[in-house]
Amino acid sequence: MPYVPHTNDDVERALAAIDVASLDALFDDVPHSLLDPRIELPDPLDEVALLRHADALAARNHTAGPMFLGGGVRQHFIPSVTPRLAMQSEFVTAYTPYQPEVSQGVLQSTFEFQTMMSELTGLPVSNASMYDGASSVAEAALLAVRQTGRETVIVSRGVHPESREVLQTYLWPLGIDIAVVDLEDLVTPTPSVGDNVACVIAQTPNFLGALEPMPALSEAAHAAGALFVAVVDPLSLAVLASPGAYGADIAVGDGQVIGNPMQYGGPSFGFMVVTEALIRQLPGRLVGQTVDVDGRRAFVLTLQAREQHIRRSKAKSNICSNHQLAALMATINLAALGPHGLREMAEGSVRWAHRLADTLEAAGADVVRGARFFNEFVVRVDREPREVRHALALRGIRAGVGVPADYGLGHAITLATTELTRQDDVDALVSAFTALGLAGGQTVGASA
Amino acid sequence: MSATSSSPLPSVAASDRFRSDTFPLIFERSSPGRRAARPPVTEGDDMASLLGAEHLRAEPPRLPEVAELDLVRHYTQLAHRQFSIDGNVYPLGSCTMKYNPKLHEDVAERFLDLHPYQDEDSVQGILELLCELQTDLEELTGMDEVSLQPAAGAHGELAGILMIRAFHMANGEGEQRRVVICPDGAHGTNPATAAMAGYDVVEVPTGPDGEVDVEAFQAALGPHVAAVMLTNPNTLGIFETRIEEIAERAHEVGAQLYYDGANLNAIVGRARPGDMGFDVVHLNLHKTFTTPHGGGGPGTGPVGVKSHLAPYLPAPRILQEGERFVVEGERASSIGRMRSFYGNVGNLVRAWAYIRRLGLEGLKRVSTIAVLNANYLRVRMREAGYEIAFDRVNMHEFVARPPAGIRTLDIAKAMLDYGVHPMTVYFPLVVREAMMVEPTETESLETLDAYAAVLAEVLETAQRDPAALAEAPRLTPVRRLDEVAAARRPVLRYAFVDAAD
Repeated sequence: MPYVPHTNDDVERALAAIDVASLDALFDDVPHSLLDPRIELPDPLDEVALLRHADALAARNHTAGPMFLGGGVRQHFIPSVTPRLAMQSEFVTAYTPYQPEVSQGVLQSTFEFQTMMSELTGLPVSNASMYDGASSVAEAALLAVRQTGRETVIVSRGVHPESREVLQTYLWPLGIDIAVVDLEDLVTPTPSVGDNVACVIAQTPNFLGALEPMPALSEAAHAAGALFVAVVDPLSLAVLASPGAYGADIAVGDGQVIGNPMQYGGPSFGFMVVTEALIRQLPGRLVGQTVDVDGRRAFVLTLQAREQHIRRSKAKSNICSNHQLAALMATINLAALGPHGLREMAEGSVRWAHRLADTLEAAGADVVRGARFFNEFVVRVDREPREVRHALALRGIRAGVGVPADYGLGHAITLATTELTRQDDVDALVSAFTALGLAGGQTVGASA
Repeated sequence: MSATSSSPLPSVAASDRFRSDTFPLIFERSSPGRRAARPPVTEGDDMASLLGAEHLRAEPPRLPEVAELDLVRHYTQLAHRQFSIDGNVYPLGSCTMKYNPKLHEDVAERFLDLHPYQDEDSVQGILELLCELQTDLEELTGMDEVSLQPAAGAHGELAGILMIRAFHMANGEGEQRRVVICPDGAHGTNPATAAMAGYDVVEVPTGPDGEVDVEAFQAALGPHVAAVMLTNPNTLGIFETRIEEIAERAHEVGAQLYYDGANLNAIVGRARPGDMGFDVVHLNLHKTFTTPHGGGGPGTGPVGVKSHLAPYLPAPRILQEGERFVVEGERASSIGRMRSFYGNVGNLVRAWAYIRRLGLEGLKRVSTIAVLNANYLRVRMREAGYEIAFDRVNMHEFVARPPAGIRTLDIAKAMLDYGVHPMTVYFPLVVREAMMVEPTETESLETLDAYAAVLAEVLETAQRDPAALAEAPRLTPVRRLDEVAAARRPVLRYAFVDAAD
């Protein structure tokens, strides 16, 4: 059998050693009626057949051509060196660094990760990563509730709809109320914050790509004694003001865009970075620096009294694992790019987005203006977003994240660019818009 | 240190950069102007004019600036400071540290460049794969419907308990049922999950045979109980022989039975939680289905339910409609999303590859040999002088302890010098000085013999020369750490040295 080394002789030797009559006798504790039920699984495939089957499935996925999908996941530059280094056996097949003396690889790289996330967000304390951006938003809200003892959370509609759904999933069993603030001109108006509010949560760039007035939102939260939670795109922080600079107490987000492939949405990792005041409320693993008995610098999991394996039902969260390998991909990727490379990626993304918006607008498309945008923007369309996405897919273009109806924009999609966008891609999209009549009725057939 | 300085070669100065006791952080290898990777550059308007100066950051983040080869050496050498399954025996109890086949990595690479918001017609291959995996996991657990969404075991637990909560609320019993029962040997995530879902936790004791004390369990039951969380086999590696009776008692009072799938490797293909009477299960694909642990994650924690709980499954599921595969739309009573998109798809692909490679007979061989190996090592450890906590035929793991007077911590640290990873230590809490061992089916008998020989020698040393044990480990990249100092004055990030210093 694949992956099991035992020969028949081995099995006999082992059974004799443990004084058990047969392999089946090992399962004598299992009630007979429960053993070996009928289970329908596909027949096994050998290595070659499995790869061929995988190839056949992969051939039914569309992975090439112009790409303008965003909505929290984007196709960015990942240099070859990043996955080659991160996917070394020692990193891939290790587990949680319970024995720090033989886990300095994972522990030190996590300390480096924490430092990088702290640098990007301008806040001092990063955990070792979480599941994804959406669940990190929910964990941030729970942290704020614990810290303030208050039971209402204000969240901007600009926060990704899926993050808000996860927030709802996490908060309802605890009876925490969620108040959603509608956008005005694509961004969040300053909400009135009552003294029952644990935190205000806003995302920049928001789901529509617009840059939020984070300092004003932060100030409104703090004036009422609430925490301010900034949901941020880590790539954007090469250019944009850091959450620490506008007084955020907690920065969270998803790390896919700084070094992980899209993988149909996962795994990537979530991050959470907080002020010193919130350390003891922070969920998830933390790596700290210390020394060994010989005085050498070394790293170790620390402040574990917050965690489930120590505190059980009194833990800050039930989170047990982190998304270590995805966080390592980001760590190595950020080290490979350095501050200049990351900035070039952010700038390229921004420039292409503005170029694309201008070009589409010139061709007659209804680009929704109203606030500054980063690398993603909204276009009104004359039909269901799904139909637009499908029509573009038939032309080999991956584009058109639907804007949900509750944004009040009618039929609308977002388009995103990255540093990998090319002029040919822009031309193809503009041509498709024109041919599909998405660029306004009069412009059908016009060249871009 | 004095030993080093008295050696003629190499000199301290010359070797300093390469010696492990000065292993630098990537920030300490940084030199302004260096870089490893260069993205395509697009010239154009400056950021202030496009974004507004008020949105820009004042100072760039201090990310490392390193040349590519220095980057490669840094993370290669860090990898060498790390034990792993590929390099070392790693029999952590309850973690199922089995070999992660390389083939699965090649399969996964075929599905990297897919965006979660792509048009469904352009992702039929991955949707078919995911749909098939749902069905396979339903078959293997004996549940009616599976959602692949949760990102880890604990995340799947939360989804499961929230579904139970939604079920009781829909039946008008949400207020009445306030308690979740866990055995005292339960994984820490069980009580933490129950608390996170708003429940009070009641622990029931383990009986003298290593199984749940059914009488104490029955006494704890009542109409106030929402759920009972069990793993079977339990964390002592013992199958709960009275599981059907437990299920019946729980269901009699309207409680739901939750299966923590951490120990499924003991029975995969041979027995199913659904047949035992469980209403909800979560699986840890990184355990039984061998997706890599990655140094601590990402895991993956699908949840499966019986049909009465199916309306509450986390959205979305993948459905087959004729020849086509689609992402399910609204599920009105769903507890909602647990995370964005469809789950940790990269891992789901690997787990699918494992099931397709092995088939049912292969998976039965997996659980059978996992149980054989654990029993073999139990006997070898007993011969080596260790006490076995509940010395009976066990399933995929067992719990041992050193003889009185010897600390498990010292044994574990001494093992590191032999190049083997210790077992899980100090868990479960119900056994003093616990050593929880799960060798898995992928270790050969020779490897287990060698592991037992290490344990024998370490124990012999502990009895003959306790001071030597207290000094261990001596050969690891760093030695025992001052964990108290780490917690008392936390240093959680690198402190940059100003250029002026």
